[in-house]
Amino acid sequence: MLKRTPLFAAHQKLGGKLINFGGWEMPVQYTSILDEHQAVRTAAGLFDISHMGEVLVSGPDAETFLNQTLTNDARKLDVGRGQYTLMCNERGGAIDDLYAYRVGSFDFLLIVNASRIEEDVAWLRNQHPACARRGGVELKNVSDAFGAVAVQGPRVKEFIDRCFPRPPGSQSVAAPASSLQKNDLDLFEFGHSMVHVARTGYTGEDGFEVIAPAGTIEAIWNKILESGQPFGLKPCGLGARDTLRTEMGYPLYGHELNEAATPIEAGLGFFVALDKGEFVGRAVLAEQKEKGVSKKCVAFKMTDKCAPPRPNYPVWSAGTGAKPIGEVVSGTQSPSLGIGIGMAYVPPQFAKAGTAIGIEIRGKRFAAAVVSKPIYRKPTTR
Amino acid sequence: MTHVPPDLKYAKTHEWVRLSGDTAVVGITDHAQHELTDVVFVELPTVGRQVKAGEACAVVESVKTASDIYSPVSGEIVAVNKAAEDNPALVNTEPYGGGWFYKIKLSDPSELNNLLSPESYTAQIGQ
Repeated sequence: MLKRTPLFAAHQKLGGKLINFGGWEMPVQYTSILDEHQAVRTAAGLFDISHMGEVLVSGPDAETFLNQTLTNDARKLDVGRGQYTLMCNERGGAIDDLYAYRVGSFDFLLIVNASRIEEDVAWLRNQHPACARRGGVELKNVSDAFGAVAVQGPRVKEFIDRCFPRPPGSQSVAAPASSLQKNDLDLFEFGHSMVHVARTGYTGEDGFEVIAPAGTIEAIWNKILESGQPFGLKPCGLGARDTLRTEMGYPLYGHELNEAATPIEAGLGFFVALDKGEFVGRAVLAEQKEKGVSKKCVAFKMTDKCAPPRPNYPVWSAGTGAKPIGEVVSGTQSPSLGIGIGMAYVPPQFAKAGTAIGIEIRGKRFAAAVVSKPIYRKPTTR
Repeated sequence: MTHVPPDLKYAKTHEWVRLSGDTAVVGITDHAQHELTDVVFVELPTVGRQVKAGEACAVVESVKTASDIYSPVSGEIVAVNKAAEDNPALVNTEPYGGGWFYKIKLSDPSELNNLLSPESYTAQIGQ
């Protein structure tokens, strides 16, 4: 029996093509992946991300606990701020990548991958006794109590405020959603609930993610759909979510990240705060940062016109003496570029942007080149 | 309701055949393109290749998957649709017209009797 989010009925109503996504019955698309991808890049798209997990970490020692178990520096977070971070094991291998928000002075909200909720909670609970002053930390898996949606695209800021208006006579001088800065998060009234609205996303476009009680999320979905439709908003499935993040070179757990890949190997060293003090995996990550790695995650773009690259396709070096050097971990046809793109792990000597490589597709090799991220960059208007 | 033209024959694997003398045109059905959605690449057989009925001879790729095309009939490939190679979306918009895959000179026309009628194919796809 597949799991369903609170928005399942909404997906059926919109004619979503439902598939099994890691045990969840989710829409891969509503009309077409290409159309939905295009909507996000040019106007707006709405995604159900209710399958993702929410974990509350609270108490006077919550910050210390998180700094000892996650790679980024939680001390940098004021109330109402979030950061991308990773949870690693003792070998520096990634248990998950996630977002951590400080929602109160001593309260953190972690948004984790749907496929890793059980592993993350088990890991954190496992680390909990090791935390020096464990009475000062409380952990709650509230994934089933919350739903979430992502609304992404250049036009979202034009209608987001009509979805989350600030009521007149609010206690504080509360700023509208559209004035949130990137990585800000704030509480907004919606119906009879309070919901979190964050200026974050996984598409490379401006946008917001809304985390709300499960019973409220359908009304939020409908409100955003109704408000956004005049601006070109379309409901979007997991297919477009994947093509959008691949164009940005963003990792997806299970592809670029797994327990045998470290953040340094994955190219995410920016989110590893080696100088903050001791944390799980620090020794390995520090050594990798200093001495180098044996494999590096790179983004690539096909230079030949050919079938799209896909996960597990072999990667070869180019030129005379060409040999297999790695494997594709993510690959697709880029809707924005009209060419195959992806990410792969290769030895570090092949990781420089511009390096020619070959991707083996059904027994034949096609030319590609390592590129810097993001793979797709919006053309700047002069 | 997907379109199932009455003048074609069909394979269980969702290819269609249009007979013209001793040559047949082959493509994929409206049902198949609808299931695939967004065709982004088409890999066609080389002209001159001999194929047997049931043999994988082409590939159609959507954003998310690559699918093999199985030749419904045996014979020699005499033409391939370059327009579909250049513009794979034709497979979605004109599965029975501009989105055709290849033309094949039949080596055994009796194989056509093994294919499904429009009614049988319609029943198979549950319409």
